[in-house]
Order: sequence, then structure tokens, then C-alpha cells
Amino acid sequence: MTDQATVDRIENSVSRSQWWDVWDQFKSHKGAMAGLFFLVSITLFVVIGPWLWQVDPTKLDIRSKDIRPIYTALWNGDAKVSWSHPLGTDNLGRDIMANLMQGGRISLAVGWTAMILAVFLGTTVGVLAGYFRRLDGILMRFTDLMLALPLLPLLLVMMLLFRDSLRAALGPEQGIFVLVVVGIGITSWMQTARIVRGDILAIKEREFVLAARSIGTPSGKMITRHLLPNVLSPIMVSATLGLATAIITESALSFLGLGFPPDFATWGKILNDSVPRMVNFPERVILPGMMISLTVLSVNYIGDGLRDALDPRLRGR
Amino acid sequence: MLTFTIRRLLLSIPTLLFIALVIFLLLELAPGDPMGQMPLTIPDEVKQKMREALGLGEPWYTRFSLWLYQFFIVEPQYWIDGIFGTNFADGAQRIISFQSRSPVFDTIAERIPQTLWVVGMSYIVGVLIALPIGIISAYKQYSVFDQCGTFVTMIGFSIPPFFTGPLLIFIFSVQLGWLPSIYDTTLVVDDWESFKQQFKQMIMPVMVLALQTTAQIARYMRASMLDNLGQDYVRTARAKGMKESVVVMKHVLRNSMIPVVTVIALGIPAIFGGAIITEQVFKVNGIGQLLIIAIQGSDIPMVMTITFLFAVLIVLFNLIADVLYGVLDPRIRYD
Repeated sequence: MTDQATVDRIENSVSRSQWWDVWDQFKSHKGAMAGLFFLVSITLFVVIGPWLWQVDPTKLDIRSKDIRPIYTALWNGDAKVSWSHPLGTDNLGRDIMANLMQGGRISLAVGWTAMILAVFLGTTVGVLAGYFRRLDGILMRFTDLMLALPLLPLLLVMMLLFRDSLRAALGPEQGIFVLVVVGIGITSWMQTARIVRGDILAIKEREFVLAARSIGTPSGKMITRHLLPNVLSPIMVSATLGLATAIITESALSFLGLGFPPDFATWGKILNDSVPRMVNFPERVILPGMMISLTVLSVNYIGDGLRDALDPRLRGR
Repeated sequence: MLTFTIRRLLLSIPTLLFIALVIFLLLELAPGDPMGQMPLTIPDEVKQKMREALGLGEPWYTRFSLWLYQFFIVEPQYWIDGIFGTNFADGAQRIISFQSRSPVFDTIAERIPQTLWVVGMSYIVGVLIALPIGIISAYKQYSVFDQCGTFVTMIGFSIPPFFTGPLLIFIFSVQLGWLPSIYDTTLVVDDWESFKQQFKQMIMPVMVLALQTTAQIARYMRASMLDNLGQDYVRTARAKGMKESVVVMKHVLRNSMIPVVTVIALGIPAIFGGAIITEQVFKVNGIGQLLIIAIQGSDIPMVMTITFLFAVLIVLFNLIADVLYGVLDPRIRYD
């Protein structure tokens, strides 16, 4: 009986992968858990929300324009509120909750895709530069050059340049989406590339790589089986940072009026459109601003927690 | 050290030339036509002539070399002439804006003081707030102050300036009416009253930008202090019976400042980029706002020159950061 229990325990501990340890450590980071909770809630709000709240975000309804959010009635009995628009409507009568959901979908989609693109580019460049000595010089020179470019101004210029041609080729929404994602992606991979290259350079000199090479592992297998799994943690941490900056950059572009076209709401765009009417309708600035800030704050906290959880020196303390 | 600096300076010349080429070629693809604003009644052949007058008829490499010549030879000549009253330039063609038809550098020189005031002041304020926060957070790690400090820096990291800006305007100019919402650049400071007004209108843009700076630098300061507080020499200093204030403020702080100083230097060009948004929010007619207007009006020489100036700043401060690192830390040897 006792033997059986011991065997069970051993089997359990064997089947436990390192990701369970990471998760355990991650759970102990309160900020990271709160961040994860908020990110999941916001994601559910924008993904599931439009099914539950079936109001067309672009539908104009001039008669019910400028409705205040329902909570305004708490301190202002005369405010124009309506249960059919819980967060109010804008100056053209478009429902703000539906717009926040629609805008959130675009903002989050841009953030995730741009982050994946940037991480993919950064990892590729970093691994190639770290592993192949011949490529190191030229790739890192190129990375340094990219870092020396003034990125925000160039991004603004790029938005303006390729906007019309891509819109003509792919349609208004897809065209701008591709443009924004590619623009953010190719201007933010450099940090990841540098970190990955540094780690690859260090790991390349370790004994297990020598052992793998001595049994004739080809370069491709070497990278995918031995090097990439070992640089996964810095990649994941820079991915969270990348997600946060991508969301902020997209909102900044929309804010400067160089992002999506006027009829596609994104959080930054709703915020920008509402600034002139802020005096009478502050909630229209505060709500999208809170959505952006909360998302980025949660992502940053998750990144903090991940960094602690993925560091084996900190884990288990 | 000197050879390193010279080598880096020489190396930055091809880098800058390449960056200039990249920006120029990117702008070359611009579909925007500077003639787009002209009345439709102008006949086509006249428009063609006007286009040639703007220098658009030449092939791109001619125009690129011309721009390089104007930027690196003609403009410095005008600059020297302006200071010493000499006549090197001799009426040579300067870089002309498509929109205003005046020399690009004159417009930039008009805009620079506003940007420098707001951006420079915010950077100084941000650093001055960040350093004590970082030091105390690290010294009392996991205390209430540290938790609050980390939270505030995280917020500064996460809330974009285009949200904090309108939020501050709403609270302090709309609700409370304490501060003006628009930065008035025509204000001349000559007495106490106008100084007070200038001070008031600077508070909000400076605080918005300073929040970003504070967040970044306080995090670096804290991490760097934590690294050093655990070192052996700190224990030795304490064992010798030195006062705690001397140990922290002299030994640890000096060593921790080395990476932080380089981060401060590296952040200066980035803050100019961030100022583009803040200037838009507070209607400061600085260099960022000029860039936005130029981009929207396809004013190619203006966009080219401002973007290249940003690139020069980045390359220059990268160099300064590297040199400072070597000067401050005797363990670092580049040669």
C-alpha cells in the first residue's frame, strides 16, 4: 500500500513538466494574476460581447444622440439616459458599448498580430545572427541601423504613403489592417533580435550543443530542437512587452488620425473623436482610454510575472 | 577612449548617410502631390513648370545629392553667416519648404524653443522625480513605498500620453479651471504675472511627458540599486562601521548611477518622438506638430529634414551613452 503510494507520487512528479512549475510561480505573483484576469475579461468582452449585445456599432440614430451612460443618473437626475444604451451614444447616435466592443476587436487583433510578426522577425534575425557567424555582422549592423531610425515619424509617413494603394488592393478594412500590422511589426522587432542573439551566443557554447553536434545534428534540427526551446523565456517576455507597445502604437496612430478610416472604430479613434466634446461628455474619452490603459497595464503585469516565473533562479523560492 | 570616440564618430557618418537614403527613398514613393492644393484652373503645362520649379523633374539621385549638399554644406554656411556676419553662403539655394516657400531651417528654428522648453523641462522633472523613487524603492524593497512606487511606474508605463493629456485637461482646466488647456506660445515672459502664466501653462504638458520618463528611469534605478545593494563591497563598507547614509548615498548610488546615466542619455531622442503626441494634445506649436502638418501636406523637404534631424539625435545620443559608459565605469574598456 505504502509502496503503491510512493510509486504514484514518483509518477506524478515525473509527469510534471516544467510548465507546471512556471505556472505555480506565476500564480504567486498577485499583479500578474490580476493582469491575466483583466486581459481575459477584456478579451471576452470584445469577442463574445457583440453576440450578446447585438447593436450595430455603425448604425446612426440621430433621435437618440448624446445619451449619457446609465450611471450618470446617480448624481444628475436630469441627464438623458436610457437602458437601451447603457454606456450612452455619441453625437451621431451610435451606441458606445457596441463601438467599444468593435474597436476593441480591431485594437486587440492589431496588437496580437503585430506582436506575433515582430516576435517572429526578431527571433529569426536573432537566431540566424547568433548561430551563423557569417551572418552575425551584417544582421546586427542592420538591426543597429533600424534602431537608429526615428520610428514614429517613419511609421506616420508609411501610413500616409501606402494607405491608398493597399486600400485599393485589399479593401478599406483589410488594407489598413495589413498596413498597420506590418508597419508596427517591422518597426519593433529589433529588441527581440538583440536579446535572442545574445542568448543564442551563450547557449551555443554549452556542452549539450557540442554533444548534439558530435552526433551529427544538422543546423536546422539544432536550432529547432536545442536552441529555440532554450531561448523561449526571453522570447515570451519580449512578446508581452511587444503586445503592450503594439496596442499603444496602434492607438497613437489612430489618435493622430493616420490609422483606420473614420467608419472603423478603434479605441484610439473613439478617444480622438471625442476629445473636442470632452467638456460635456467626458465619459467618451475616459471609457476608451480606460480600456487601452487597462489592457496595456494587464499585459505589462503579466510580463512582469512571466519574467519572474520563467527565471529558474527565482522559481521555487 | 579618444580613439574609440573618433572611430564611432567616423562610423556614424555612413550610418547617417544610409538613414538619409532610406528616408528619402521612402518619401520618394509618396503618392501625395504638392500641387494637389493648387486651384484646378491652372493649366497642366503651367503645373508641370511649377513642379519643375520645385525641383521635382530631376531624377531621384540628383535630388538626393542636392539635398545632402544643402543640408551639410549650404545650411551650416548660412548658420555661420548668421552668427559671425560673414558671407560664405553667397546666396546659395537653401532647403525650401513646399508649403510655406520659406527655408525649412528658419521654420524649424522658430519651432525648436517651444519643444525644447516643454520636452527638456519634462525630462529634467521626470529624472528628478524618478531618481529618489528608484533609490527608496530599492533600499526598502517590498515595503509599502516600494509597492506604491512600482505600481505608479507601471501605470506611467501603461497609460498612453494621449489619454493622460485629455484626462488632465478635463480635471484641471475644465472641472477645476486652474490651468489653461492650450499652450500659448505668443506669451512673452517679462514680468511676474506672465511668468506665473507661463508656469501654469507648462505644468500639464510637462507632467504628461514626465510621467513616461519617470516610469522608465525609476524602474532602471531600482533594478540597478538592487544589483549593487547585494554586493560584497556594501557589506564591507557597513562592517567598517560607515554610516548607513554614506554607504547608500555614496558607495551604492555612485555605482548604480552608471547604467542609469546611459539610459537617461538614450532616452533623450525618444522623448522627442513622444512629444509629437503631447504637442498635438496641448496644441503646442513645436517641432512634432510641424512634422504632422508637413506629413499631411506632403511637404517632402520638411518631413525629410525633421526626420533626419531626429535620426541625428538618436545616433548622437547613442554615441554619447557609449562614451559616458566608458568614462564612468573604469572596468569598461573599448580599446
